[in-house]
Amino acid sequence: MSKTQSQRLAYGEELVALGAENKDVVVLEADLGKSTMSCLFQQEYPERYFEMGIAEQNMLSTAAGLAAAGKIPFCSTFAVFASGRAYDQIRQTISIGKLNVKICGSSSGLSDFGDGSTHQAVEDIAIMSAIPNMTVLTPCDATETRQAVRAAAAIEGPVYIRVVRNDLPDYIAETDSFEVSKLRVLKEGRDVAIFAHGSMVETSMKAAELLEAQGISAKVVNAATMKPFDYQGAVEIAKTVRAVVTAEDHNYIGGLASAAALALSKSPLPMDYVAIEDQFGQSAHSAAELMKHYGLTAQNIAEKAKKLL
Amino acid sequence: MENRETIKKIQRLAAKIRRDVVLMIGDEGHVGHLGGSCSSADIVAALYGHKMKFDPQNPKWEERDKFIYSKGHAAIAQYAAMAEMGYFPTEELTTVKSLGARLQGHPDRLKTPGIEAGTGSLGQGLSIANGMALAMRLDGRDRKVYCIMGDGEMAEGQIWEAAMAAANFKLDNVVGIIDQNRLQATGAVIDRFNTNPLPEKWEGFGWHVIEVDGHHIEEILRALDEADTVKGKPTVIIAHTVKGKGISFTENVVAFHNGALTKEQYETALKELDAQISALN
Repeated sequence: MSKTQSQRLAYGEELVALGAENKDVVVLEADLGKSTMSCLFQQEYPERYFEMGIAEQNMLSTAAGLAAAGKIPFCSTFAVFASGRAYDQIRQTISIGKLNVKICGSSSGLSDFGDGSTHQAVEDIAIMSAIPNMTVLTPCDATETRQAVRAAAAIEGPVYIRVVRNDLPDYIAETDSFEVSKLRVLKEGRDVAIFAHGSMVETSMKAAELLEAQGISAKVVNAATMKPFDYQGAVEIAKTVRAVVTAEDHNYIGGLASAAALALSKSPLPMDYVAIEDQFGQSAHSAAELMKHYGLTAQNIAEKAKKLL
Repeated sequence: MENRETIKKIQRLAAKIRRDVVLMIGDEGHVGHLGGSCSSADIVAALYGHKMKFDPQNPKWEERDKFIYSKGHAAIAQYAAMAEMGYFPTEELTTVKSLGARLQGHPDRLKTPGIEAGTGSLGQGLSIANGMALAMRLDGRDRKVYCIMGDGEMAEGQIWEAAMAAANFKLDNVVGIIDQNRLQATGAVIDRFNTNPLPEKWEGFGWHVIEVDGHHIEEILRALDEADTVKGKPTVIIAHTVKGKGISFTENVVAFHNGALTKEQYETALKELDAQISALN
């Protein structure tokens, strides 16, 4: 584990790098550019940056028009607005038309702790994954966010990239190649496999340490692509352990718990999940406080793992 | 002004579009959006038959003008115009809405050559047109995007987001056209949810506004030409139309918003439209 970095900053910086290489890359923002960090692109390429105002629906349909004309638009806003407010626009024109629009859902999960339930996306992965033609990327750190942005640009069709507000430790090396859909084992282990994505990868790595201290060998698996999910990869990984736990800052319905359960439906292994129990978030003074309240800590993961063994 | 032959040619195309619409709905009890297709048929004919530049043999030709039917339920009028212009055989029109057909109930860019974007969830077409217009500007192409909307559709909030955006970005390459046929699915727009007054609203949103009789070809062409001269702001043409125009028993009748035709109605409609076409030959 190396330094701690911001996924949002990585998103903005990688857009700038992409913009230098490809003049068709354009960026749209709905007045949150200083939060999503798409403002970095505005500084470099103002003529290819469109401030769309506080109007997410119009932003996504405008992006559809740009994509239909051959551009590669990246739209960013908070994950709740991207997946909720502009859902119909994403479904109707972008996804049915398989248009090349990239959507960054920023400040996802409970990471916008102070703003409360209205700003905490606990169902965005479920919504986006259920749309045909959509790819859903859930990078676990800044480096993987850069890789996800690159991968998204290379995919011909709509992509949803989910990032969080807080900084995260780097687990992915720049030299690690990112393959869409492929599960990445970040830490080897024999007894239990912990599947996680996004910020819960850090939590899962901490859970693995807790388990190791108690003599339990835990493997940590990073699911940086929630769709298309690596069902076969999950089956293969499950063959190397005695139990599986999933960890996500998302509703258990339609997220990683659901995907893993589907993947392992024919597996005899015991399984459990750490996820948001079909409820909305709320305001708190820190993300850590919320994660504890909703049972999304390293201790929660370790306890569930131990019970299965 | 355009010569008489041009106007006659467009009138003939409009009558053929209406005839194709009737053929597409057929006499086997299938419903179709006849009313809003016929109310906008003259505008569609003026665009496809005269104003727009495109190449049916090369639908992706980069120098083309673009057409977005924001009121996507009227797609059958666009299919008719496209078939008449040679995008696909007119015989294909009657396959509309059948399983596996290229011609879907609402426009589908992946299935139908020449369709620019999917529409049908109302209120979204103008935003899409704006995106295309921004791309034209970035690419230095001096072409236009024409977007037909309905007056019932004006109730959708996104229309006004897009209206503000087009003015904000000074998109003088966007031409909005409102097919103001005064009827929506369940009755008169003014009784259901009053979207009037339209000219004042669009002016207030920073658009150049032109009002025309949406069945008067000369007026439509004049407005489209006027839009070419407007710089620094988008133009909207408010076209006063009659829903179900061109067929005696469908004009101003709500039931034909999305209705079926009896065998007798089907025959009568075809007879009336055939007569209109021969009169224009």
